[in-house]
Amino acid sequence: MSQLLWNGLFVGSFYALVALGYSMVYGIIKLLNFAHGDIYMLGAFTGFAVLTLGGGLVSSLGFLALLVVLVVAMLATGVFGLVLEQVAYRPLRNAPRLSVLITAVGASFAIEYGMRLVAGPNPQVYPVRLGGQAVEVLGARLTLQQVGLVLIAVVLMAGLQWLVMGTSTGRAMRAISMDPKASLYMGINVNKVISRTFFLGSALAGAAGVMAGAYYGKIDFLMGFIIGLKAFTAAVIGGIGNIKGAMLGGLALGMLESFGTAWLGGQWRDVFAFGFLILFLTVRPTGILGERVTERV
Amino acid sequence: MRATAGDTSQDGRPRRRLPGNRSLAGLGILVAVLAPFVDASDYALSVMTSALLFVMLAAGLNIVVGYCGLLDLGYAAFFAIGAYTSGILATRLHWPLLATVPVVIAAAVLAGIVIGGPTLRLRSDYLAIVTLGFGEIIRITATNLSITGGPSGIYGIPGLDVFGVDLSGPVGFYYACVAIVALAVLAAARLGRSRIGRAWRFVREDEDAAEAMGIHTYKVKLAAYIAGAIWGGLAGILFGAQLTAISPQSFTFLQSALILMAVVLGGMGSTPGIVVGAVFVSVLPELLRGAADYRFFLFGVLLIVVMIFRPQGVWPSRAAERLTGRGRSGTSEEPEGALQ
Repeated sequence: MSQLLWNGLFVGSFYALVALGYSMVYGIIKLLNFAHGDIYMLGAFTGFAVLTLGGGLVSSLGFLALLVVLVVAMLATGVFGLVLEQVAYRPLRNAPRLSVLITAVGASFAIEYGMRLVAGPNPQVYPVRLGGQAVEVLGARLTLQQVGLVLIAVVLMAGLQWLVMGTSTGRAMRAISMDPKASLYMGINVNKVISRTFFLGSALAGAAGVMAGAYYGKIDFLMGFIIGLKAFTAAVIGGIGNIKGAMLGGLALGMLESFGTAWLGGQWRDVFAFGFLILFLTVRPTGILGERVTERV
Repeated sequence: MRATAGDTSQDGRPRRRLPGNRSLAGLGILVAVLAPFVDASDYALSVMTSALLFVMLAAGLNIVVGYCGLLDLGYAAFFAIGAYTSGILATRLHWPLLATVPVVIAAAVLAGIVIGGPTLRLRSDYLAIVTLGFGEIIRITATNLSITGGPSGIYGIPGLDVFGVDLSGPVGFYYACVAIVALAVLAAARLGRSRIGRAWRFVREDEDAAEAMGIHTYKVKLAAYIAGAIWGGLAGILFGAQLTAISPQSFTFLQSALILMAVVLGGMGSTPGIVVGAVFVSVLPELLRGAADYRFFLFGVLLIVVMIFRPQGVWPSRAAERLTGRGRSGTSEEPEGALQ
């Protein structure tokens, strides 16, 4: 029981990190960024590249070195998200929604198969593997590294919460998500703030990618596809466009999957999660914390 | 009376355009009929048959994406439902393929309602991602159930047999596909020009205005989604008959994305466009065997480039539709032309 809870919490914190970027971008410009899961994949591969280049120096330092790699990967994916927005999404800011969605699918495709060209179709094994000693806490087996990863996720989320609620950039973001035009009239540099949103969201996804790579030990160019779907599910469960909702939704989805897997068996995990998404959209499409989800005229 | 008067004046425009479309359709069918005379090797026939199936899938997806403007990212799911339903009935219960058609249609409609029902009430972007999830659900379910044969799928699906005429050979099946796919494409095109087709376009262009004009947008969108599901399911039967074996690997997101690619590149809502697009997307890999690694990367980049620079696709659907529809600029220009 407590093992299932812990597993759910652990996986859920990954989902929450990715869901945050999804939710932020959606909240601010109403764009479903299909490429978001692939940015998570890019983060994992950036971390892989840095660790491979760093070689023995890094592996001897262990967890601390991973933090450095994490920061590097976050910067890289953040910049990538920023460029992606400028190249692919900005020219279509006022285009019909269908065009933007198709562009996002194209971006996802291009990133996945672009990475395949770079890294090859086979899975890569992460040079650093976080195994570690298991400790028994309240009947649940957990490793120090797991705790460390969850802590990193919590710190990142707390940092984001502060950024959005406590800084002027965050205030600008919230203003744009309410009314982009009025924000423009009030002297907010809308394009700049949107770029920053993409940077932040992508950096969080990149962090989750490195953490997943280091924990699971194996990465491949399609790893972002399922996690993107899951992150969206998490964002919907929590209430899309809502930052606390995304965190909550990530945890909720992690728990659901953990219990669903125990109940139905591992091969049905994804079916369970997506089935739940459809069910949730039927019963409560606004999510746990969301506002009304109606088409704005 | 006023309504009929309005209809005839509207009919005037399609009728002028129809000869062009008809000769195009005739040309397309002629090319399809004559193609085996150029190269009738088994390989060429199988490539051409696959291209035809792809055209049919593109015609179905075009109803959803092109006419109604809803993004379906799990279209391969309906393809899979059709293939598996007919495959299971044909191999376990030994039904002839033709007899499975009504069951496949029923299954496709049901799946369309289950997915479209809850999501079409919401913002249209939700449909995109829910269909993506649905595609995965179907694929994983097919991999894990024993009735669908698990990861290895179903084999030994009989060929097509229409009232005693055996069409299971490559040539016979190819021509059967030409006939069926031509019918399917024409039916989709006619559907697009019908009353509900106009409603679909209206919903695509401006959902709120359509609602205000008395169109039940939810029902209309659901109808488009279900129609797309039926086309996909029927194509699935042909797919099973062509390969005699199906497995979950044929129904991945990649497949859905390629169909979408065909529709978007060819021109959303344009029948000649999607036919050309589908043939292009399905035959290109055969021509570019060596560049397989670059293919999908280029497809992705191409999608972005097309959306930014030419969102109407290579062969736009009657580019004048919007112009003539708006303020009758087309009719007012014509007398001037006649005067000169």
